[in-house]
Amino acid sequence: MNTLLWLPLLPLLGSLVPLLTARYNRNVCTLFTAILPFIALLLVAEMTPDVLNGENHYAAAQWIPLLNLNIAFRLDGLSLLFSILILGIGLLVILYARYYLSPKDSIGKFYSFLMLFMFAMLGVALSDNLLQMWMFWELTSISSFLLISFWGHKSEARKGARMALTITGAGGLCLLAGIIILGNIVDSYSLQVILDSGDFIRAHSAYPVILVLFLLGAFTKSAQFPFHFWLPHAMAAPTPVSAYLHSATMVKAGIFLMARMHPVLADTELWFLIVSLTGLSTLLLGAYIALFKHDLKGLLAYSTISHLGLITLLLGLDTRLSTVAALFHIINHATFKASLFMAAGIIDHETGSRDMRQLNGLWKYMPHTATLAMVAASSMAGVPLLNGFLSKEMFFTETLHQAALGSLSWMIPVLATVGAVFAVAYSMRFVHDVFFNGEPINLPKTPHEAPRYMRVPVEILVALCLLVGIFPGFIIGDLLYAASLAAINGPVPEYSLSIWHGFNYPLLMSFVATAGGLVIYYFRQHLFAFQANFSEPDAKQIFDNIVKNIIKRSTTLFNFLENGSLQRYNYLLISLAAIMMAAPLMDLSTTLGVRPELPYNIVDVTAAVLLVIGALTTAICHRHRMLALISLSIVGFVVSLAFARFSAPDLALTQLSVEVVTAVLLMLSLFFLPQRAQKQSNPRRLIRDLGISAVVGGLIGTICYAILTRPLTSISDFFIANSKTGGGGTNVVNVILVDFRGFDTLGEITVLGIAALGIYKLIARMKLFMPSSDYKGRPWSNDGHPMMLAVLSQSLLPIALLVSAFIFFRGHNMPGGGFIAGLITSVAIIQQYIAHGVDWMKHRVKVDYQILIGSGIAIAALTGVGSWAFDKPFLTSWFDYFYWPVVGKFELASAMIFDLGVYLTVIGATMLILANLGKLTTSERPIQKEEE
Amino acid sequence: MEGIYAFCVGMLTACGIFLTLRGRTFSVVLGLTMLSYAVNLFLFASGRLAIDSAVILGESEIYADPLPQALVLTAIVIGFAMTAFVVILAMRARADLGNDHVDGKDPDEVAASMTLNKKGEIN
Repeated sequence: MNTLLWLPLLPLLGSLVPLLTARYNRNVCTLFTAILPFIALLLVAEMTPDVLNGENHYAAAQWIPLLNLNIAFRLDGLSLLFSILILGIGLLVILYARYYLSPKDSIGKFYSFLMLFMFAMLGVALSDNLLQMWMFWELTSISSFLLISFWGHKSEARKGARMALTITGAGGLCLLAGIIILGNIVDSYSLQVILDSGDFIRAHSAYPVILVLFLLGAFTKSAQFPFHFWLPHAMAAPTPVSAYLHSATMVKAGIFLMARMHPVLADTELWFLIVSLTGLSTLLLGAYIALFKHDLKGLLAYSTISHLGLITLLLGLDTRLSTVAALFHIINHATFKASLFMAAGIIDHETGSRDMRQLNGLWKYMPHTATLAMVAASSMAGVPLLNGFLSKEMFFTETLHQAALGSLSWMIPVLATVGAVFAVAYSMRFVHDVFFNGEPINLPKTPHEAPRYMRVPVEILVALCLLVGIFPGFIIGDLLYAASLAAINGPVPEYSLSIWHGFNYPLLMSFVATAGGLVIYYFRQHLFAFQANFSEPDAKQIFDNIVKNIIKRSTTLFNFLENGSLQRYNYLLISLAAIMMAAPLMDLSTTLGVRPELPYNIVDVTAAVLLVIGALTTAICHRHRMLALISLSIVGFVVSLAFARFSAPDLALTQLSVEVVTAVLLMLSLFFLPQRAQKQSNPRRLIRDLGISAVVGGLIGTICYAILTRPLTSISDFFIANSKTGGGGTNVVNVILVDFRGFDTLGEITVLGIAALGIYKLIARMKLFMPSSDYKGRPWSNDGHPMMLAVLSQSLLPIALLVSAFIFFRGHNMPGGGFIAGLITSVAIIQQYIAHGVDWMKHRVKVDYQILIGSGIAIAALTGVGSWAFDKPFLTSWFDYFYWPVVGKFELASAMIFDLGVYLTVIGATMLILANLGKLTTSERPIQKEEE
Repeated sequence: MEGIYAFCVGMLTACGIFLTLRGRTFSVVLGLTMLSYAVNLFLFASGRLAIDSAVILGESEIYADPLPQALVLTAIVIGFAMTAFVVILAMRARADLGNDHVDGKDPDEVAASMTLNKKGEIN
């Protein structure tokens, strides 16, 4: 197996490990959880030299090729950078969480969610197929939801999790739309194909739509203004989650997407404008608000928003080098922000508070943590010799070199400096307010230093900040180059990673920012007082109101659509169908086609008139049920005549026998349904229904006429040509049923059987009103079984059975077959029931109709299976001719056995329905008088 | 001939739809049966109309289209099963709910009980 496939697979397996080991003590659980991601990190390390030399790794497997959806992974510079961040920081967080979580928390569950997230995030970074990347993208949202709501007993955790899921999930749907449009344009979801067709996509008319949809996905995920508000509320999560998801990895997914799609979507005015302005406003807003947050994690959250804005701004600038700077800042931000979050978590853990108005002077109590936090905070502020300084210098340089806003471009470096001023101020506040500035006030716990190993992850990250800050080229140079190569998808411009670039504007800007930040921090009380004038908008409240509003509107719409009236649904459905039918008919220029019409004679006209009268009588007199039923039978009779007239003898026979069975069935049901004629519908509804019926009737008639007068191209020539030679029968309709389309027929008799069994269950234990008289009060006739009928039908039975056998056997070559023969047999038996009653029949016909259905279907299916014995596909038919003395030459075909199955099923189903229903009329039960 | 045929199909459809929109189950059953006639004739029409050309090999010179016939044949039988199912469902609904309205609630009774309630409130 390809090594690359193991990368996402190991964390996926790893999400099970903590659940299995949680029952042992915490150290064991932590150790075992860490093993698989550690192996994954080793695998990454093994593949790193190749990638740095420009050889990407690929792994692919087919999944749903019809959707262009394959399992495809790639490891290039950009995904390598992210994989190292995800796995490396992930391992540190696992160690950190071991000490952070209290013994009451279920550590197995936590680790399992964390590994699930790791799997999802690695999937995003490594995907070589956009659809697949999107699935991982959504999985990060879901696993982040699980992690934020880990302390589900807290209301703010639940609300924060819901908000994060709603915002990022909605953005994800936008992204999916963008991906699908993009995939349709390029006709592939493969990343490489898409990356290579950048010019084509940018020139396409759908480009603005794609760009906006992709950016909506990226901005919601990376908490860009105006979608930033979910991130501070996600701080309700346990701090290891904040350190991992909300500073180092998940919020970078949006940035990653922008970097990944940079060769395709960037380099247009639209991109520069949207991305750089969004980034700039996020940068300023985040930096400003961060200063006023009293909550330690709140400050860090807004600082994260601000830094994400900075990276977005860099990606939006029109210099190639800005992309390099953006990638560099991704690394640096991940290291210093994760360590700051961990430090904040330690402080929270050891003092019981995160409020900076209470936390003061902790230097005395936890000097070690304080030192680490101060180094990391200095990196955040951009102090020289630390990694934050380097990327900030690069950032300043690029703001000076861009021309994104035309003659207003000078504003970007100025505003960037303003942002940096606030960054220095809030970093200063983090350090000074927490570790110095007097004594702690009313802390719930007496502060002390954190456990040894809880500080290790912070130490490692801070060491990285220093190392990268002092030896940037040595530590990170190659990786950054490889990542830039992948993100730019072309030649990487010259740049130098060194601490000292001489006295220049960026250095001046840094100096101004530091000085300004210190000044602002010094006069902070005035600013705080000024800020107190504004009431802080409560994002949670606004969000809740919006959600409530949406739910209210959907409820209104839902109640409007679903008011419980079946007639109304039916009306809406039919209206919709009418509209859908009418629209294509408008395009048809003439109804009349070129096919010549058949002549008609007086008999045809008479039949048609009869049919119309029957149909209208049924519709008009439907409240007089007996009359309506008789008129309906007239219609059915004319329909079977029509089949006979238009060369379909099989259909005519079937329709005629079904007609008899239906009439008997409906007569029986009339006995049990209310006898009295019901009230007429109100006139408005009547007009409405008449209108829609006329419209649909007219439409159907038009379509039918248009079809009938157009020439026919059909696949039926094949059936006619092969019926005799391939199926051994001259009745093509029957051969189609039992041979060519035998599988369909098998399905159909199964449906028939299931319907009959369903009816059987419905009839069982049905408590019916048994009317003792009709609605006019006339009692039912006592003459149950008239002698004449009984004698006559009894003598007819053998003849009827003989006819049905004849129809059955000749079916393959002449009109007939299993369906028709089955119906004729049923009619013959029903006649006996009518003439003699159920009790008389019970002693004479001892056939279980359920078994009849079952054996019918079984025979048909086994005929099909039988062809396997001869190495032929299911339902292959066989036939041959034999010669017997006296009988003469005759044909035997396997299709006839199949037809026997059809025959038995039809009899079983029909009889099961009618005999059971009929039984109800005679069964002994107390006679209730209806509607006295 | 084609015109008459198409008119009849349209007429059956219209009557069928009108009946399915009624409020009582038996009318709806009648409507469904009528609609299945219409649908069968419509499907049958897709093979065009032909006279004296049943698809029995060797019996005539030209043959009608056998495929729609085969499809309609099974449709007729399945249509019967469906009608039967709906009828029994209607009876079962009547037995369990005490009325034969398609919504399971008799609008007259509902209206009557509502006026009763109102009176009760006034009193």
